[in-house]
Amino acid sequence: MTAAPALRVESLWKKYGQVEALRGVSFEIAAGEFFGLLGPNGAGKTSLINVVTGLGRRTSGRVEVFGHDVTRDYLTTRQSIGAVPQELVYDHFFSVRRTLEIHAGYFGVRKPVAWIEELLDRLELREHQHKTVQQLSGGMKRRLLVAKALVHRPPFLILDEPTAGVDVKLRLSLWELVREVNARGTTVLLTTHNIDEAEELCGRIGIIDRGRFVALDRTENLLRRLNEKKITLVAQSPVAALPESLRGLKASLEDGGRRIVVRLDRDPRTLNDALQRVALAGLALDDFRVEDADLEEVFIRLTGARRGADAAAAEGAPAAGEAAAADTVTR
Amino acid sequence: MLFTIPFRTLVWREVERFWLVATQTLFAPAISATLYLFIFGYSLGSRFPDIHGHPYVQFIVPGLVMMGLVNNAFQNTSSSILISKYEGSIVDILTAPISSVEMAVAYALGGVIRGLSVGGAILLVSRLFTPLPFTHVPYLLALAVLSAFVFSLVGLLTAVWAERFDDMAMLSTFILLPLTYLGGVFYSLDLLPPLWRNISLFNPLLYMIDGIRYGFLGVSDVNPAFSLSLTLALGAGLFAATVVVLRSGYKLRK
Repeated sequence: MTAAPALRVESLWKKYGQVEALRGVSFEIAAGEFFGLLGPNGAGKTSLINVVTGLGRRTSGRVEVFGHDVTRDYLTTRQSIGAVPQELVYDHFFSVRRTLEIHAGYFGVRKPVAWIEELLDRLELREHQHKTVQQLSGGMKRRLLVAKALVHRPPFLILDEPTAGVDVKLRLSLWELVREVNARGTTVLLTTHNIDEAEELCGRIGIIDRGRFVALDRTENLLRRLNEKKITLVAQSPVAALPESLRGLKASLEDGGRRIVVRLDRDPRTLNDALQRVALAGLALDDFRVEDADLEEVFIRLTGARRGADAAAAEGAPAAGEAAAADTVTR
Repeated sequence: MLFTIPFRTLVWREVERFWLVATQTLFAPAISATLYLFIFGYSLGSRFPDIHGHPYVQFIVPGLVMMGLVNNAFQNTSSSILISKYEGSIVDILTAPISSVEMAVAYALGGVIRGLSVGGAILLVSRLFTPLPFTHVPYLLALAVLSAFVFSLVGLLTAVWAERFDDMAMLSTFILLPLTYLGGVFYSLDLLPPLWRNISLFNPLLYMIDGIRYGFLGVSDVNPAFSLSLTLALGAGLFAATVVVLRSGYKLRK
């Protein structure tokens, strides 16, 4: 028997009046997976999370958590979920420790003392445990939200932009904790604007834009799909136009002519050819970098291409970018 | 379904919340009632004739107890929920495995406990001014709990509807306050001209105040059984409405 996925979403639509926040989204997250959900602001990420947690109502479609419908079996599904909301929400009446005890109680767990002690230590909240939430800084409040989401040891953890406003050191300790929790079997759904984080943490990534997935694949496949290297030449003084020898390549001027960016496929012959052309150009350089495309490139390409297509369609022009974007969608 | 850990946690959270700010939530209403008793009962009251065979100060105590009780039941649920909406922590409840019925009962119980606590505090203070005979204790307790339940639910529904503290203050000042003062706390219905007497009969608080006076003193202007039945019916109706509203997600879920 196959275990039910942690999350199954089928043809999910969410409308706010005339606004379509989610347009027939379908995907699954397997139990134990670390899944990244990326997308620009207003893409539909939080709407999707709200429907899963019960904070929002779906317009149509099906959403199941570990095989249970989030509306019909909401008592069961909510018990399984720990969620860190995007906004800094707090209850100013109670201390940090009491907040955790109360939150555990809401999810049916009576004062998990040892676990609360561990969370206070791991999230560096120990010395603030008797302060009211109002007395905490933004970063501390954010850590408390993470502790709250974990306090009832949910098998499904949803993190909606959990590291906004958290300093680097704490961010690293937070990711260490989340990785550990994931390694113990907890499924993680992460939304973030920090693409490096998603690339490093997530086994699979979905990129959502305007209520639809524009990409959904394993992280390494998404990167491979781009199949591209990027050469950046930083000139000592700005150049007015692309040197003649680079004109046959996919090259562009950036930063007011100070940087020349050349995009190549991964074929070594292309790289060698490009390097010879750069030498021929005879530019005086400050710096020279060769990089693999990262997730940010994929993200910009996919969501940017879509916007370009929509704008072109709106003007009555052929939607050249749309086909390219559609090619990259896998479900 | 009831008495689950999430349900009990929410009830306890509601009680703990008002206890943490007891100066505002318990002592301030008791001091207000003391001032009423001192001014209207002790100082001016000696100039008023007995009403239904009771000295004026004794006559107003039950009304003051009910006034404190319903006001604080209302305040508890309305403040708690509106502050949670304002601070965003309402999402903790909305995403927790708590049903709409449990949510309605838990919030209402928090309001009932605060209402009864304030009512009890006023009762204690009133003992400094006058003794009370406690004529019909079971009736008195039933009516007190039901009245607090009714106003807890009114507070809950108000807070769900309200988007700003101003909305709540408006309802409290322009509806709840006049109903309370015109509900016969300081006078008997028999003292009103026929027109105002008939208008007063549409005020549900009149029945609660009159009923509690029956419980304490054994005298009433309207049928005590009707007062209790009306309060029970209001409680049942409001409870059903609250569950429907919470289940619909009105102004809470997106």
